[in-house]
Amino acid sequence: MKTILFIEDESALQRTFGEFLTKANYDIISALDGEVGLKLANPPAGGKKPDLILLDLVLPKINGFDVLMALKEDRETKNIPVIVLTNLEGIEDVNKAIELGATTYLVKVKYSPEEVVKKIEKVLINE
Amino acid sequence: MELKPIYKELNIFSQCKRYGLPLWQCPQFLFVVMGIFTIATIFTSYALGARYISDPQIVILLVFLITAVLFIISFIITQSFERLAEASRMKSEFINIISHQLRSPLTNLRWAVDLLISGDLGNIEEKQLEFFKILKENGSRMEELISDLLIISRMETEKTAPQKTEFSLEDLVNELISKARAFAMSYNVEIKVETARNLPMLFGDVSQIELVIENLLDNAIKYIHPHTYSVGVGVHPVGDIVSNGVKRDGEIKISIFKKDKNIYFEIKDNGLGIPKEDQKYIFQKFFRSENARRAQTQGSGLGLFICKSTIENNGGKIGFKSKENKGSTFWFTLPLRNY
Repeated sequence: MKTILFIEDESALQRTFGEFLTKANYDIISALDGEVGLKLANPPAGGKKPDLILLDLVLPKINGFDVLMALKEDRETKNIPVIVLTNLEGIEDVNKAIELGATTYLVKVKYSPEEVVKKIEKVLINE
Repeated sequence: MELKPIYKELNIFSQCKRYGLPLWQCPQFLFVVMGIFTIATIFTSYALGARYISDPQIVILLVFLITAVLFIISFIITQSFERLAEASRMKSEFINIISHQLRSPLTNLRWAVDLLISGDLGNIEEKQLEFFKILKENGSRMEELISDLLIISRMETEKTAPQKTEFSLEDLVNELISKARAFAMSYNVEIKVETARNLPMLFGDVSQIELVIENLLDNAIKYIHPHTYSVGVGVHPVGDIVSNGVKRDGEIKISIFKKDKNIYFEIKDNGLGIPKEDQKYIFQKFFRSENARRAQTQGSGLGLFICKSTIENNGGKIGFKSKENKGSTFWFTLPLRNY
């Protein structure tokens, strides 16, 4: 079973989308802010490392762009695919996230949860 | 000493860009114009005074008085403009922030309703499903309205130049049609495309043109016929167009060809059409025609305003012809690149 780290400050969305991910047979690790997200992305020896990270950009403590930058700078986490899942849709945000190493950029408002699950499957297959 | 910040403060063009206003409405530009006018008036009044008034003390006093009055007037005018410009900038910024903040709970709501509708949490009755669908539909409407507001706010504040690249309009249209296929099918609408051979590539902002075509296509499908549309007595099912008592299928025809130094795009439907008296308002912000509102079709009234601004921003023209109950034809042109 593949593990997904879901870094999202909206607990309601964590809960709702978590149901869809569970139904699609994924194991979920949740983080409600950037700081916890970074810790969970690179757990101490013996901990389960995620196969994919779903990352929101507007996050407390450490924002999504900084989380992404830290993930891609760390040798342990740089190969984990990161899907940005946000409601920011400015072209400058999209370009910045892609430049920092995001695999895909999804604007929540444009997708249904099923479509996001399909995108996750596609990224994991390609990896 | 850093010269860049000083230069930035003195550069009226960058100061004006901050407000997203045209140069002639910008307080800093107005200040410079008023300054030039004041200096010119000082010299003129001195020249006139020296010629007609013999006492030099009175001339100096007069020039001093005129300068002081002009200075106070220009100060009041530029201050008022600055306040207005700042208020306009803050309004757009406010819309931008609020729109982002509103989107998150709406996404939560829509996704939660999706989860309920999926039946994964337990069986739902038909009546419950009907109301879940109402919740979902209205959530989507609000998301659409917020998205349109965001686009407009961005257009008004940033005034960004289009990010131009070379692209095929034909490929873009085909891609958007395949995306809209399921939506069109739900309205029982057939989409046909007719393109001229060997169409040249366009040079423009793909994402902006995509937005325009999406809006026009969405309108053509939606206004082919609403999901339930009362004509006289009785309600007709999805996609049935009733015109003078005769039922016909929805049809959209898209044509793309080269016309002079432009690419011409046209989208023709046989839907509701726009009443003659509403036609002059159709590109206005928040305007929705009477028959569209009566037919309960969803829409924010911002789509066509966005289309017009976008096409004009890309150097093209947009227009339409329409007849109520017969259909509408919307068109736009985009200039070809000069090599």
